[in-house]
Parts: sequence; structure tokens; C-alpha cells
Amino acid sequence: MEACRLKATDIACRRGERLLFRGLSLDLAPGAALQIAGPNGTGKSSLIRILAGLLRPFAGDVERSGAIGLLDERPALDGDLSLARALAFWNAIDGGEGAALYRLGLDGLLDVPVRYLSTGQRKRAALARLIGQRAPVWLLDEPLNGLDREATGTCAELVADHCATGGIAVIASHQHFDLPGLAELALADFTA
Amino acid sequence: MSALLAILKRDLGVLLPGGRRGGSLLPLLFFLAVAMLYPFAVGPDPQMLARTGGGVIWVAALLASILPLDRLLAADVERGFFDQWSLRGISEEAVVSIRLIAHWLSFGPPLMLAAIPAAALLGIDGPTLRTVELGLLAGTPGLAAIGIIISALTVGLRGGAALSGLMLIPLAVPLLVFGAGSLSTGGEGGIALTGAISLLLVAIAPFAGGAAIRAAREG
Repeated sequence: MEACRLKATDIACRRGERLLFRGLSLDLAPGAALQIAGPNGTGKSSLIRILAGLLRPFAGDVERSGAIGLLDERPALDGDLSLARALAFWNAIDGGEGAALYRLGLDGLLDVPVRYLSTGQRKRAALARLIGQRAPVWLLDEPLNGLDREATGTCAELVADHCATGGIAVIASHQHFDLPGLAELALADFTA
Repeated sequence: MSALLAILKRDLGVLLPGGRRGGSLLPLLFFLAVAMLYPFAVGPDPQMLARTGGGVIWVAALLASILPLDRLLAADVERGFFDQWSLRGISEEAVVSIRLIAHWLSFGPPLMLAAIPAAALLGIDGPTLRTVELGLLAGTPGLAAIGIIISALTVGLRGGAALSGLMLIPLAVPLLVFGAGSLSTGGEGGIALTGAISLLLVAIAPFAGGAAIRAAREG
């Protein structure tokens, strides 16, 4: 896996007129996993988008090396295509192949149009897309939403494998994430 | 490069007539319906139809180009495609350029084909039809570019479709003036000006559209 690093210095986030958090710094080296915890509305998703570079921080800056993989509530898969073809679109862009489909329990769903998949199945499909991207930095926004108990375990294993091979994972979730060596950052500590 | 080809393939699969989006033949049928209705409304006087028919084709083409604008870019923004492309280093400008090509292919050439039966319905003669076809060839890329810019600007709005139509009409007036104007002056100058406006719009569209999509992301 290519070298990666994710470093944020003294960032603040403002949405509309509200300052959600400020003075937040983090520095993640290869193999690090960090859970961002906090109640609804504290800015977990905004922090993920700032780390991804999709949102400009109100103050501070973010340094990132290595490709970023993002998993959020939107799977970015075409609803009217079969799961196999929807994933094939991203594989053509990422140059990957359909990895981990069996592990995610998607192998039986390949010819089902994405719009017929359940919330949890769609989340698993998005995870398959993320794995196929082979990006060293994973930013996961509520990855467990909609997943059943078994898939929750699989998701934690996948993240553990990713970190074991030198990847970085940032998980924004209010749910417990079962991962050895997972650091926790309580966003409430940085509330403005 | 292969990533851009994959995106172009997906766009064509969605937008071309018979594509996944469904209803991509609608602009074409709408265009023919206008050409068919016009003689009913103004009466079957062949001279009058032949004199005004070219202009009717232009107005019908302009209105037909509004129909595909609904969710031309908004759907992909909402489903997170643009975020994922951006993370992979594929710029919004590149994606918008590709969407512009696919959008033009989905309605420009089909309208030019449909102009032939429309000309027959309106009793337009051969030379005039030639001027109309050349004018459409020069003008439809400009209409597509305006459409792309507007759909990028209305990405975050509810009910953006109706607004898109209203916004496109005034912006398309120069194309209509020179495109349809080429019919009365018999040609070349008007078509050349239409082509020039189109080229300018096509050159601006990716940058304007890309900037609009990035601005919507910050909102």
C-alpha cells in the first residue's frame, strides 16, 4: 500500500451561522484507526468532508498524502443498473476488480438492480466499491447504518485488515465500533 | 483517460435515445408535435407555411432542448457521484465537458434528423431546409452548453426544472436571432455568427458548470 498520512491542524468548521467545532488537530500515520464520536449535529459528517477535501475548513488546514476513499450515506451507484454493472463502472475508473463481494454477502445479488437493494445491502455494495478503489485513506461516515449484526462484524474486520496493511481509517459513528487499537476523538470536546 | 472513457460510456448509456433514462425520445416527439400542430393553428396556406416554417423549426428546437435539462446533473450530485469523482482527481470540468458531449449527442443530431419530416409537414423547400439544418448544426451545441450551465447552476434547487426552462429562454435569444435570422438573409453570415456564439458557449460551459457544482458542494 502506498505511503499515506492524514494531518489536520487547528481546524474549525462553520455551517451557516453556527461554529460547530474549533481547535481540532489530528495526525494519523499508516495503520492508525480513529473513531470520531459525538451526538447528532456536532459536525461528524462535516469533519469527514473537510478531511476528504470536499468542504473547506473555516480555519486551519489539512494535509493529506495518499488517495482518499469516502463512504457516506450516498452509495454513488446507478439505481437502474444491476449491482454487477454499477460496480463495474467504478472498477473501470479505479482499475480494480470485484473484490470482497463474497465476504460482504453480495455474490448472490449481482444481477439485482441497485434500486431494489435494501439499505443494508446498498451500504455493503458501497463498501465493495470502497475496497475496489484500493485507497490507503478510508473516511467512513456512519458505516454501520443499516448493517445487520453479521455485516457489522464483517465491516469491522475489513477496516482491521485495511489498517493492518498500512492504511488509515477514520470512522465517524455514534455506534460502538469493535476494532482493536481504535482511538477515539470526542467531537464534543471541541465544541465552540 | 480510461476513467473519462468510462464516464462518457455511462453518460451515453443514460442520455442517448433508447438509453436508461427513458423519455430521451421526448424532445424529439415534442419537436415533431410542434411542427405538426403549427399548420393546424395557422391554416394550410402553403406560402405562409413555407415562409414561417423555418422559424417555427427553430423555436421548436429551442423549446425541445429544455426538456432533457431536468436532473441532467442534479441526480449525480445528489447520489454522490461528483464527490467520488473529485476524490479520484477527476475534475468537475472534465465531467461537465463529457456530459456536454453526451447531452448534445442526445438531442442535437436527432433534432436535425427530425427536421426533415418537420420540413415536409411545413412545406419547406430544399434550399431552406439546408439552411435550417446547417443552422441547427451550428446552434444546437450552443443550446446544449447553455443547458449544461443552467442545470449546474440549479443543482441544489428544488423545482430546478421549471426554473431551467425560464432561464434558458433569454440566454438562447442570440442563437435564435442569428440562427433563424440566417433564413431570411439566405445564409452564410447568420450561420457563421450562430456557430461563433455556440463555440463561445461550449468553451465557457465546462468552467462555469464545474464552478457551479463546486459552489453547490460548499453550500
